[in-house]
Amino acid sequence: MGYHLNFTLIWRHFDKLLSGLILSLELAILSVAIGCVIGLVLAVIYVSGGRALRAAIAAYVEVIRNVPLILLVYLVFYGLPTVVDLSYSATTSFVLTLSAYAGAYLVEVFRSGLEAVPRGLIDAGMSIGLTPWRRLVHVRLPAMLRIALPALSNTFVSLFKDTSVASVIAVPELTYGAQWINFNTFRIMEVYLVVTGMYLVTGYAILIGLRALERRYAIGG
Amino acid sequence: MAPSRPDANPPLLRIRGLVKSFGQTHVLRGVDLDVERGKVVAVIGPSGGGKTTLLRCVNFLESYDAGSIAIEGQEVGYRDAAKRQRRSEHDLARMRAGTGMVFQLFNLFPHLTAAENIMLGLTKVRRLGRKEARAKALHWLGRVGLIDKSDRLPSELSGGQQQRVGIARAVAMEPKILLLDEITSALDPELVGEVLDVVLSLASEGMTMLVVTHEIGFARDASHRIVFMADGVVAAEGPPAKIFAPDQQSERLRTFLARFSAAHRL
Amino acid sequence: MLQQIVYAAPFLLTGLLTTLAVSVITVVLSLIIGVVLGVALVYGPAPLRWVVRGFSDIIRGIPILVLLFFVYYGLPLTGLNLQPLAAAVLGLTVFKVAQVVENVRGAIGSIPTGQMDAAKSIGLPFPERLVFVIAPQAMRRFLPPWLNGVTDAVKGSALISLLGVGDLMFAIQKVVGRTYEPLALYCFGAALYFLINYSLSLGSRALERRFSYISV
Repeated sequence: MGYHLNFTLIWRHFDKLLSGLILSLELAILSVAIGCVIGLVLAVIYVSGGRALRAAIAAYVEVIRNVPLILLVYLVFYGLPTVVDLSYSATTSFVLTLSAYAGAYLVEVFRSGLEAVPRGLIDAGMSIGLTPWRRLVHVRLPAMLRIALPALSNTFVSLFKDTSVASVIAVPELTYGAQWINFNTFRIMEVYLVVTGMYLVTGYAILIGLRALERRYAIGG
Repeated sequence: MAPSRPDANPPLLRIRGLVKSFGQTHVLRGVDLDVERGKVVAVIGPSGGGKTTLLRCVNFLESYDAGSIAIEGQEVGYRDAAKRQRRSEHDLARMRAGTGMVFQLFNLFPHLTAAENIMLGLTKVRRLGRKEARAKALHWLGRVGLIDKSDRLPSELSGGQQQRVGIARAVAMEPKILLLDEITSALDPELVGEVLDVVLSLASEGMTMLVVTHEIGFARDASHRIVFMADGVVAAEGPPAKIFAPDQQSERLRTFLARFSAAHRL
Repeated sequence: MLQQIVYAAPFLLTGLLTTLAVSVITVVLSLIIGVVLGVALVYGPAPLRWVVRGFSDIIRGIPILVLLFFVYYGLPLTGLNLQPLAAAVLGLTVFKVAQVVENVRGAIGSIPTGQMDAAKSIGLPFPERLVFVIAPQAMRRFLPPWLNGVTDAVKGSALISLLGVGDLMFAIQKVVGRTYEPLALYCFGAALYFLINYSLSLGSRALERRFSYISV
């Protein structure tokens, strides 16, 4: 075989990987946050809105879920600036894309969470005289969040992995860092072993952290 | 706890010194039990006493740590009881074909009709042809009073009906001994009677049975011998008359029966 | 705009066919290997279970892109020199196998344990238990999540364009590079992917409805 593992070059450039990992996390957190807002608003509209609104939201969800992320990334980064008079950095473009992507998945999560809120809770809210808006804010949403927490955690970990696609438009996240080291040192095995480890450990840490949160707050765990 | 008449038939099922633990929990702590051919032995006792585990060891759904279980002289789970060498999968399958089990939760195969549930064992294990198997299945469905439901799926049957199909499925295999694991515990009260009637009629035809049950009345009326199990051992044993005679009972047995009498107004 | 698309059509068509071919091969291969490994995971001896479990968890814990790069750049080092297309299919298949293993594990795991007990109690040996009792019930639980995963294979296939494989995504990029009409072409490409995946998901929903009526 004649290939000897040599990690020293990896450690020399480890800063690229570390800063890449941090950027990946930032991208994921930002996109999840924005996606949550989108998802929450659209879920509420979906549950209470009319047929036209529901169809529009369903269309948005279906398009995002059936088109590859990489195509969406290219579309937003290369395609949009030709019609919209905006120019943005690759990072901003990716956050926009991933947020829209997250929003589509989160609409589903929040919608089924809302529909799973026990009728009894809503009845109780009505019986103490809460208005529909107050019922939404004080009864249904809190209950929904607790029910949706496991699905939310899984979505977040998924999105963290999806940040790797940002590398195709040269956003310096973890996968981009790996490719950089790959092309500049030819230490392919080493860098990908390390990066695999970093994704696994980070993903696992996120899951454990979120599971602890779930145990404190989730219903029906 | 040997049979009272030494020249009687050797027991069909002989259990000696059965020990079984799940991790740190010692469920069976040395159980001795005999079931003679053609007799019905009922096992009663408080939950956690090891009754279901005992039954599941007889057809080796659970392994056992020490002791012996022999059906017609053949050790059930191990080729060599002392060396704990397990029987091969093939041998175990053959042994299990000779015992029939009816489950508390019915466990009918949901993707098969009532008749097909019964036919599966007949075609794949007894190697009968489809026509013959179907004829047999229909015969047994008739015996349990469900001939008109033979092509229904389990989801279309009531609990009592499902359990009767479960009994037919077990009996159609012509087992040497029938193992009944609390078969009425999961049924609505009004459905219990139809199932117990089937069991009674099988008993009257000489089916050898080991019955774990909460139905004390049934145990008293249908069995030749009652075994009271508590804390993983046989705490009392004997014909119904003896077990239910208050002056012969241990404190434990008395408390147990009292609780049941109150609940079931025996 | 339309003129650009017409000009690019044959090129895009080749790409589309490549995408479809890669997706089909990946799905079929991953199904066969995944089911075998999935059954091994549920019923196999402990060491085998650990290996399959470990493999599945690691693969599912990393991004597809990382796996593809790992396979594409790493494989030649082990002496195996594959064409980009073969390496891409290998990487995608490995990714999908891990998913299928999970699908199988979930499907079999959701069958009540009493079913195995009942099958044992009528004297069925292990292979017959699997074929006549477990598999029919597992199938109904396996198909819906698996069918959902098929769209993941199609979407994942778009990444192989980065390995130089001439799929639909690659073709779109090339045409964009020549005609400078990114928006139209990306939208057209999105429409194509959407058509493929949406039909798949409609089909899967129809199948789900058919199976749920036979209540299990």
